[in-house]
Amino acid sequence: MSDVSLMVNGKRVSGTAEDRTLLVHFLRENLGLTGTHVGCDTSQCGACVVHVDGKAVKSCSMLAVQASGSNIVTIEGLANGADLHPVQAAFKEHHGLQCGFCTPGMIMTATDMIARHPEGLDEATVRAELEGNICRCTGYHNIVKAILAASKTMAKGAKGKAKQAA
Amino acid sequence: MYSVNYHRATSVADAAKLIKSGDAKLLSGGMTLIPAMKTRLAAPSDLVDLSRIKELQGVKVSGKTVTVGAATTHYDVASDEKLKKACPALAQMASLIGDPAVRYRGTIGGSIANNDPAADYPAALLALGATIVTNKRQIAAGKFFTGLFETALKDGEIITAVSFTAPAKAAYEKFRNPASRYAIVGVFVAKGKDGVSVAVTGAGDDGVFRSKEIEAALAKNFAASALDGVKVPAKNLMSDIHASADYRANLIAVMAKRAVAAANA
Repeated sequence: MSDVSLMVNGKRVSGTAEDRTLLVHFLRENLGLTGTHVGCDTSQCGACVVHVDGKAVKSCSMLAVQASGSNIVTIEGLANGADLHPVQAAFKEHHGLQCGFCTPGMIMTATDMIARHPEGLDEATVRAELEGNICRCTGYHNIVKAILAASKTMAKGAKGKAKQAA
Repeated sequence: MYSVNYHRATSVADAAKLIKSGDAKLLSGGMTLIPAMKTRLAAPSDLVDLSRIKELQGVKVSGKTVTVGAATTHYDVASDEKLKKACPALAQMASLIGDPAVRYRGTIGGSIANNDPAADYPAALLALGATIVTNKRQIAAGKFFTGLFETALKDGEIITAVSFTAPAKAAYEKFRNPASRYAIVGVFVAKGKDGVSVAVTGAGDDGVFRSKEIEAALAKNFAASALDGVKVPAKNLMSDIHASADYRANLIAVMAKRAVAAANA
């Protein structure tokens, strides 16, 4: 058993877990954050993607104790109260989900992807960057559309903020 | 996953002490080891986590000499501006490993210590004539990769860095399995002061190897057209449900051609 202490969605949390406990199970079972899903459990599907120290990683392929000391953001930490995050809003607007099981991972991957491409995204880049996220319902078409739309909205938002700052 | 004891090493010296406990294994990004433990293919008693050791991280470029710390992630290799200038082929190769989430965690040291027969880094390091630096010695890439999932590493030996001389020209091309996305054939071509070397991953039944036939043709003329009609023998190549040995042999020549064209572009 080890002590695991994390910053999750801006709150300091700690607990004790077996060393073999995966980060995804710690989030879901110890912290009750069940928005992060376990899909394949073999590191392929990406339903478990969360941000660890600002990087989108698969929480089913990392031990909770490995993450101890890190800053974690899960799907529950994206919205600002009742206001959806622009990526969440775009998935809703563009019908980027059907059953919704892969959606938390898709959205956490998308926010990381958009942050890494401040110059903007094109369809080919979005599809290549979704290599590690599997959706069995949508055929990806509306997911790609939603991410492209969110990327544009967020670029406008960033420009607006820069103007305000100036 | 079976029960395991986790240790976070603070330095290479600390890790060298910790690795002596029980049946311990070194853990870096864990992108192969953790899934292998989940399926109980691996069951170490202890894990020694190297991923937070600062001295193992980062890319250094000094003149033509490139040194990559063993715990440098694929993402950091792919996005390193100095490396993109000194050896863009290696940065490009790192950007093709796995998927973005895997590239954030997986490391060069972990990849070569595991020596998966379809991993990308072994081909790059063999073609670049790299030196693998451990906490005990330096090992030439040609002597490091000894077979399927086998390396020259001794028990408890820790890779600390990889270094090589930047080649004049290099490129990597891979033909992926459409489902697993691992290389069915990956070819890294490098032209440096010691001539041309061509290393192949994904295809050899004993892991990564250099293709003498392709090297001989390119030594005379480093152009894609020099490989017209060059036959790679199918002997000692893997045959499985994804590709026969003959198909892989053909793919090696095709990927080598594409790599040479990219290196000359």
